[in-house]
Amino acid sequence: MSQSVAVKRSSKPPSPWKPARPNKKLSNSNAVLSLNGKWGYLFTAPFFVMFLIFGLAPILYSVYIAFFNWDALGTQEFIGMANFQELVADGRFWNALVNTIDIWLLSTIPMLIMSIGLAAVLHNPFLRGSTFWRTILLVPNITSVLAIAIVFGQLFGRDFGMINIIIGSLGFEHIDFVQGTTSSHVAIASMIVWRWTGYNALIFLAAMLAIPNELYESAQLDGANKWKQFIYVTLPSLKNTITFVLIVGTIGGLQVFAEPLILGGSYNGGDSGQFSTLTLFLFEQAFVAYKWGYAAAIGIMITFIVAIVSIINFFITKRLAGDKK
Amino acid sequence: MTVLTNPNKRPKWQKMSIWGYIALIITTLLSIFPFYWMFIVASNGTDEISKIPPTLLPGPRFFTVVNNVYEALPQFNQALINTVYVGTTVAVAQVFFSAIAGFAFAKLNFRGQKFMVLFVILTMMLPSQLGIIPLFMLMGWAGLIDSLGALIIPALVTAFGVFWMRQVIDAQVPNELLESASIDGAGVFRAYWSIVLPIIAQSSFVLGLFSFLASWNDFLWPLLVLNTPENFTAQVAVNQLKSSYAIDYALNMGGAFLSTVPLLILFVFVGRRLVRGVMDGAVKG
Repeated sequence: MSQSVAVKRSSKPPSPWKPARPNKKLSNSNAVLSLNGKWGYLFTAPFFVMFLIFGLAPILYSVYIAFFNWDALGTQEFIGMANFQELVADGRFWNALVNTIDIWLLSTIPMLIMSIGLAAVLHNPFLRGSTFWRTILLVPNITSVLAIAIVFGQLFGRDFGMINIIIGSLGFEHIDFVQGTTSSHVAIASMIVWRWTGYNALIFLAAMLAIPNELYESAQLDGANKWKQFIYVTLPSLKNTITFVLIVGTIGGLQVFAEPLILGGSYNGGDSGQFSTLTLFLFEQAFVAYKWGYAAAIGIMITFIVAIVSIINFFITKRLAGDKK
Repeated sequence: MTVLTNPNKRPKWQKMSIWGYIALIITTLLSIFPFYWMFIVASNGTDEISKIPPTLLPGPRFFTVVNNVYEALPQFNQALINTVYVGTTVAVAQVFFSAIAGFAFAKLNFRGQKFMVLFVILTMMLPSQLGIIPLFMLMGWAGLIDSLGALIIPALVTAFGVFWMRQVIDAQVPNELLESASIDGAGVFRAYWSIVLPIIAQSSFVLGLFSFLASWNDFLWPLLVLNTPENFTAQVAVNQLKSSYAIDYALNMGGAFLSTVPLLILFVFVGRRLVRGVMDGAVKG
């Protein structure tokens, strides 16, 4: 039953937040009317109260102090848009923005391709030991960024890092990954790819398993080989999932800070800021320079950038997936 | 034509190729290697791995390095205990608050509900770092700086948890069961306690695990609010091992290994459930 409904569902406008259960919009049309709905306020109250205090209020207050010259010592002077004007003219901000986007692209594209590929392998019904492979895929995701950044920092080391030893044994010069701009971005992106490829492969696998078998059967009858089935059946069916993974990846990717923070050992993002990111720049201003108003302004800019990139992502994936049909 | 005569028999090219297994084996090796490498470095010492080619086998110095970790930071065990305490508290609270709110959003009919759900979804998209400075000020006013309360209290509820439980309850709890219970005279509390809770127990456990892992691995916020070693979490403790003048890789990796082993042991027992949780929560279609 769920499969037939799933087909109908895909004809509706796609939404990345579509609930797992079909025919359910953001409404209470599915509510149990014989239960007294008034209790809903009590049941949701603890969440809303705590979320307002510890989630929303700090964010709103952060918007407020962005218009102040506000530091940890007690200076509180209203300066209007001056923080934003300073930010737009600040070379460090643009440097961090370029680095963040570069790291995001270097991590997102390989991760997306590899995770869809792995999901396709796991989707094969003839695979043996599928539970084992699926479980292995999640192992990188459970450990801390700190522990992994320590390991990767050593592996990417200039003199005795495993990667440079391999590069050296192939006859090339050792690369100083941390000092270079692109090379440090590659090192950071590789940590992100390592951590998230398996997780996203499971997401894509779940989406592939939800594709009705009839679609493959009829493609088979039309003489489509495995590759053509993947291009014309699997990929178009994944468009909402791809959008979802991209949006979640964008929100996380544009806020990347832990990997560069640990790789460089400071909030600077490298000696010349070569791997400083937007969020790292925010923390540097907030907790090293103690310019809280300025840091809050950076936070607001990050939010705008995340929102804009998410919207662009949404439309691009919709367009790309639509064309394939 | 063979397909037409026997639709159940798949053509040869649909069977699993050797390349699929090779890809999976490479993925497995790459996934495991960093953990293995942590142990190799920690058991050999920095000098042993600082040569070409480096050793790839475990060395004899593991307990020396562990000793060094405890010498550098005698509170390391306390840090592990703190981390378990914070993680467990946060996990239990998040599951409880998310489940009752998710139940209300999925199954109860009340005015403003549609707007509230939209609000929950929108707030999930806000960068979490946006409010960190006011939250830090708030913790200062509340006198929670340098206490585990600063880690627990802001983490008691998450929009993600509520959204997730709403999805789970919507998908797993049939309306008919709740309707027949209410016809039998059960109120909202009874219906929740005796029907919803048993059904969502598995999914609640998975949400709790994810909350626990997120809390365990949280790094920057504990670093900002904790000062005294007695209050450190495992991540802050490991970070403390990084001295500024020279990087002692064996010491660092020893700490990282000690802070990761509990998670790996936990994963052996709950890994399959986590996999199912990730896949159940995926956006399909």
